[in-house]
Amino acid sequence: MSSPSATPTKGKRTRGSNPPTPWSEDALTPPSRRRRTDDASTSDLQPMPTSPVTDMRSPAVQDTSLFSSPAQSRHSAPLNEIDMSSPLTYGTPSSRVEVRQRPDLGSVRKARQVDLHSDHANGPEAPASEHSVGQKLVIWGTDVNVGTCKEKFQRFLQRFIDPSSTDDENAGLDLNEPLYMQKLEEINVVGDPVLNVNCEHLQSFDADLYRQLIAYPQEVIPTFDMAVNELFFERFPDSVIEHQIQVRPYNALKTRNMRNLNPEDIDQLITISGMVIRTSQLIPEMQEAFFRCQVCAFSTRVEVDRGRIAEPAVCRNCNTTHSMALIHNRSIFSDKQMIKLQESPEDMPAGQTPHTTVVYAHNDLVDKVQPGDRVNITGIYRAVPIRLNPRQSNVKSVYKTHIDAIHFRKTHEKRLHGLDEEAEEKLFTEERVRTLRELAAKPDVYERLSSALAPSIYEHEDIKKGILLQLFGGTRKDFSQTGRGGFRAEINILLCGDPGTSKSQLLQYVYNLVPRGQYTSGKGSSAVGLTAYVMKDPETRQLVLQTGALVLSDNGICCIDEFDKMSDSTRSVLHEVMEQQTLSIAKAGIICQLNARTSVLAAANPVESQWNPKKTTIENIQLPHTLLSRFDLIFLMLDPQDEAYDRRLAHHLVSLYYQSEEQLEEEFLDMAMLKDYVAYARSYIEPRLSEEASQALIKAYVDMRKIGSGRGMVSAYPRQLESLIRLAEAHAKVRFSDKVETIDVEEAKRLHREALKQSATDPRTGFVDISILTTGMSATARKRKEELAQALKRLIQSKGKVPTMKYQQLFDDLRAQSDVAITKDMFEEALQALTDEDYLTVTGKTVRLL
Amino acid sequence: MPTVHDWINNPLGIVEDIFAQSNCSPDWETKVLEYFKEKLKDNEAASWVPSLNDVPVHYLKANSLVKFRCFIQDMFDPEFYMGVYETVDPSSKSKVLRSGKYKDVAECGHQVDLNTKNAVTLERQTFYCVPIPGESPWVKESYSCSNPARVVPSTSYAPCRHKRSYEEDEDMETQPHKQKEQLAGPQGTTDIHGSGDPKRLETEAPSSLSNAASGCSSPLDLNFPLPGEKGPACLVKVYEEWELFKVNDILEVYGILSVDPVLSVISEDKDSSLVDPMDCTESVEEQRVHCPPASLVPRLHMLYAHRLQHNNPLLPPAASEASSGFLNDVVSVRGELLGYLTHVLLGDALAAEYLILHLISTVYARRDVLPLGKFTLNLSGCPHNSTYTEQLYRVIQQLIPSSFRLGMSLHNMNNLRLVPRKDYTANRLLSGVLQLAPNTSLFLDETQLEQGQLDSTGVRNITALGNLISWQKVDYDFNYHQMEFPCNINVLIASEGKSLLPCDCHVRLQPQLAPPNLEQYISTIQVSLSPSLLNKFRIYLSLLRTLDYSISEEVTKAVEDDFVEMRKDDPQSISAEDLHRLLVVARLLSLSVGHTTLSRDRWMRAKHLETLRTNRTEQQKCVNGNEP
Repeated sequence: MSSPSATPTKGKRTRGSNPPTPWSEDALTPPSRRRRTDDASTSDLQPMPTSPVTDMRSPAVQDTSLFSSPAQSRHSAPLNEIDMSSPLTYGTPSSRVEVRQRPDLGSVRKARQVDLHSDHANGPEAPASEHSVGQKLVIWGTDVNVGTCKEKFQRFLQRFIDPSSTDDENAGLDLNEPLYMQKLEEINVVGDPVLNVNCEHLQSFDADLYRQLIAYPQEVIPTFDMAVNELFFERFPDSVIEHQIQVRPYNALKTRNMRNLNPEDIDQLITISGMVIRTSQLIPEMQEAFFRCQVCAFSTRVEVDRGRIAEPAVCRNCNTTHSMALIHNRSIFSDKQMIKLQESPEDMPAGQTPHTTVVYAHNDLVDKVQPGDRVNITGIYRAVPIRLNPRQSNVKSVYKTHIDAIHFRKTHEKRLHGLDEEAEEKLFTEERVRTLRELAAKPDVYERLSSALAPSIYEHEDIKKGILLQLFGGTRKDFSQTGRGGFRAEINILLCGDPGTSKSQLLQYVYNLVPRGQYTSGKGSSAVGLTAYVMKDPETRQLVLQTGALVLSDNGICCIDEFDKMSDSTRSVLHEVMEQQTLSIAKAGIICQLNARTSVLAAANPVESQWNPKKTTIENIQLPHTLLSRFDLIFLMLDPQDEAYDRRLAHHLVSLYYQSEEQLEEEFLDMAMLKDYVAYARSYIEPRLSEEASQALIKAYVDMRKIGSGRGMVSAYPRQLESLIRLAEAHAKVRFSDKVETIDVEEAKRLHREALKQSATDPRTGFVDISILTTGMSATARKRKEELAQALKRLIQSKGKVPTMKYQQLFDDLRAQSDVAITKDMFEEALQALTDEDYLTVTGKTVRLL
Repeated sequence: MPTVHDWINNPLGIVEDIFAQSNCSPDWETKVLEYFKEKLKDNEAASWVPSLNDVPVHYLKANSLVKFRCFIQDMFDPEFYMGVYETVDPSSKSKVLRSGKYKDVAECGHQVDLNTKNAVTLERQTFYCVPIPGESPWVKESYSCSNPARVVPSTSYAPCRHKRSYEEDEDMETQPHKQKEQLAGPQGTTDIHGSGDPKRLETEAPSSLSNAASGCSSPLDLNFPLPGEKGPACLVKVYEEWELFKVNDILEVYGILSVDPVLSVISEDKDSSLVDPMDCTESVEEQRVHCPPASLVPRLHMLYAHRLQHNNPLLPPAASEASSGFLNDVVSVRGELLGYLTHVLLGDALAAEYLILHLISTVYARRDVLPLGKFTLNLSGCPHNSTYTEQLYRVIQQLIPSSFRLGMSLHNMNNLRLVPRKDYTANRLLSGVLQLAPNTSLFLDETQLEQGQLDSTGVRNITALGNLISWQKVDYDFNYHQMEFPCNINVLIASEGKSLLPCDCHVRLQPQLAPPNLEQYISTIQVSLSPSLLNKFRIYLSLLRTLDYSISEEVTKAVEDDFVEMRKDDPQSISAEDLHRLLVVARLLSLSVGHTTLSRDRWMRAKHLETLRTNRTEQQKCVNGNEP
């Protein structure tokens, strides 16, 4: 086998010497030429090509089949392929890419009819110096010189190092070695001949090459293919791969948004993001028709030209007219699929409906995406004039546009794997970052931001601060090494209070503020609506797992209104989500665990519709304490009933009604700014605890424990310490600080204390008692219960040796003896306590001593 | 005077002229726009332009300038078209540059050279527009009367399109054709029918008709938001600044009408053997929606459009112009209106007062998620099982430009599509009842409620109504996600007891008289109203919405004091919510007498009204313990 590096020269020269005439003028034929691809794949359909050169000379007659077809597997010897391909610099290595582009090539090009071969052949712009191995030749209509381009790309592959890479595609690679050479090795081992190239890398390495790639993808990508294959087979001459390596660029920075596509992008490489809304059935697209003469059995192949097959009217062998018949199963087809992509909701301006774009996936990209997937698609943007109607002399003056996909990158999929920080990353302009940083440097940024939060809702400063911290969240930590698993970074908040205290409004505001917020109402949501359910997809008729609100708000905030109205079974799914941040599902044969790293912002109304200050939080909202203890902050939103407050409230409301928009905008940071601020902090700031801060936290925790121990109760649990840490981290994030410092801890302590003061105050004693939230009963209440039980025991003992007593009698006696009012409930509780001690049993109306 | 009307009859000729003169300099487009803007400046001239709203499509000349008062129901994807292209005359080989703007079809009696360097591809956007949903009959009438430009006397046609006879249809095809040929001379205009083969026309017309009838199993759904609407739908092609328009805007579009049958032919080819592989991009449904027969859904190439602040024909487009003159007799008109509505509401003056406030309310601003200025009214105590609510709606419809009555019967709730939904198969937004233009009145008739179970659609519909009332937004269903569209719809709920929907203000109707025959009673009131007075009412209600409003420092202080005082006596008596409502009532009360600032008196009056109203509710509570 000849050395691949030597052969191209030969190949080029051949082409150069090729008479330019047949196709130099005819601009419409490039597809036919482009297609002379992989001979190996179709080698059994025709005599093995004697030499590539002959093959080239008679492209129309010779089989120039495509690859794509099912015939692919037929591919006998890879070595053979290389052998043949390398001289044909343009042909083989890139056949895959060409196949992909082919269907559109013929019809798309309008002004720039580019043909790689003919340009080389006639090269009008190129001072044709064939000896210099085509060094100065450029592809007609572009400024791409194949030789230089190839060299540059090979240099890029060999040298590009990206030490700071965090790309998930590069997982497991040595960052200090040339990245793409490692990938080639991977291809050699794995045998998947696709090389994904991040355009960002290319841009940083060689801006000019990048520009060429963007502007002339149709020419440059085949060149890249050639370069890669040469390089690859030079390195791994014995490698066996299914077909030659294809280069698939992605992450072209050209366009991110579907709405920005405009006629200038036609035929350029673009990357857009969107959501797949429909995929078609697989469309077998005829690439080449096989005709056989009915008379003499002479066969010929005709290629598709702009979506049509020109049926040969005359047999060239026997000159019979209309004798050629199409033989379907010897024709060659390629796979194609139409995909409808819709603009992502985030990209859309308000008040407009989303745009859609048609994307074609070819060959192995078919069925790579499903409806509902969020994807970034890199491809070539095409515009095709609507076909001339044979019966009509007029043309519709409209083009159809579509994108030929080269690379799919699912954003959704990665979310499930938890590597998403980056995909989320919003692109901030430097100017914006500067403004944000300036804002962060202000000493009162925390107050500013909290007052910018829901300005229409009056006061409740601490609640707003809490929600602000929730928006930022703590730092995500991973303890899976030590077996603890993830450490919750999300802050959960519960708001409870009188109806009509704008809780819902606050929830609505937060839901509108965060990019991935979900809003549900406890009354209307079922457990499956929150978690996940299995349903039949109307498109594919397959069972699919549909995720519910909690999973959808992964990395966002799930706002749950009417939390108290939720059924118990629904609430129970929250236990796992709110601490472990995962969601386990075992239904309909699907057993899985989904990430649900969501913050919960819930609102609950008191059971008696009005908050009863004489009762504890638990008694007021009747939620299980197991759930309550998972909230970091529980706030009461009560009507304060105080004159100064009323006055401020009135002023606030009145001004709301007459101030003009502009005035208010000056007063507060606008919502967009707040959004950006939060998004920036969430993606770039990861504060760590400083030494002093840790000491302060320890001290705070010990103090909290001490308070309780004085009165013989536990006033803090490790969960409270974790909450404190999260809050302190979030506060550091607000300041854009990488370190959690003492002031953060101070604020966290203050806020936590405030929340506790509101929610965990024992109405009987007036003390803050954390056990109200953690065990559902205040320590005093428990003590009271014990005392009552003892009193009852004493009462029974005082009665002397009576084996049985009347229930009602005992109750009356106890009541008469006690100086506080005793309800039946309390009495029963006391009886129960004694039963547990094995002191007595209750059967119906009689109490029996044991 | 044919030259004057040239720009109406043959606008494309003018476009071509300007294009030819400009020698491809890019500013020809602005010249075209300026030309037409200049022409249309004159109100008189604008009224010469025939309106698609009044004249059926088949009476209008193809490629003439028409106007259309419409509502943007959906936005299709932008399309790329041949902005400038070159045609080659096969005999002489001479090349001519042409502009493809404002046209659907590139005329090529000659061959089009797709590959020339001079070709320019441009982008345009298509809006799917329908007549303004719920437009009252008097508005339509009034507009069409003020528009003298009628191509053919309207007496000769039956408005129902389905009954159109074959002859008429032919007429429609050939008539503009003939007219055009007469006009074609001087400008050397383009004849879109190519060589004008009359035979083709004859064969074309029936085929497209049969296509409409047989090819599609159901008649084409024109996607009107409200059931039972009629009128032309239109694909409006927008060339400039389409970002400025939004779904649900109401516009007056001046544009070139295009009804070329070629446009609908495409779908006909569908089953022929020549199926282009590229054609599989679009499903049959999608084709039907995006390329409907031009005779049903004409194309309109926008030359000039302006967003309408209102669709009240009695007011000039910029409502503020009229305000100064009218404001003088606002008080007297208000008195008359109050009297009228009191009669209609069976002698309940308080309810009439609140009804006026409701009718002039509008969302004037939004503070983050909170819409300000909305005033949803719940009139409870409407007699069950009677036509009273219907009568009441008729009266309201007489007064305001657009409205819709939604009977909340179980059947309606379970079956109607209230929220627009994206149909991905046809790639369009299926409209729903709640897709309404700003300032439309939605009359919810809760007296039609009956016993039964709401299914999931019903629950969703009720939730959507609740959202609409509390946040003035509708979450359109995009299957994979929801999208929030802010709206501005006045909701009036007529119910027997207190409504099950949230509302800003609940007034218990207390009829002072009980006429034996309600229907007769109301119609007598309506008849006794003089048309000029009725028009005054209409102007009054539309105009007051547009006024600005402010509160002075002084009054702010007073209001604050008042609030604190009230709270001191009884904190339960007034909450923040009540203050919100009080402020809205005070605002609307001031506006209703033409005052743009709040005075102490008005504030006291607002408080007084509120007290009267709440007392009534309290009373009701005592009478009927069930009512919350």
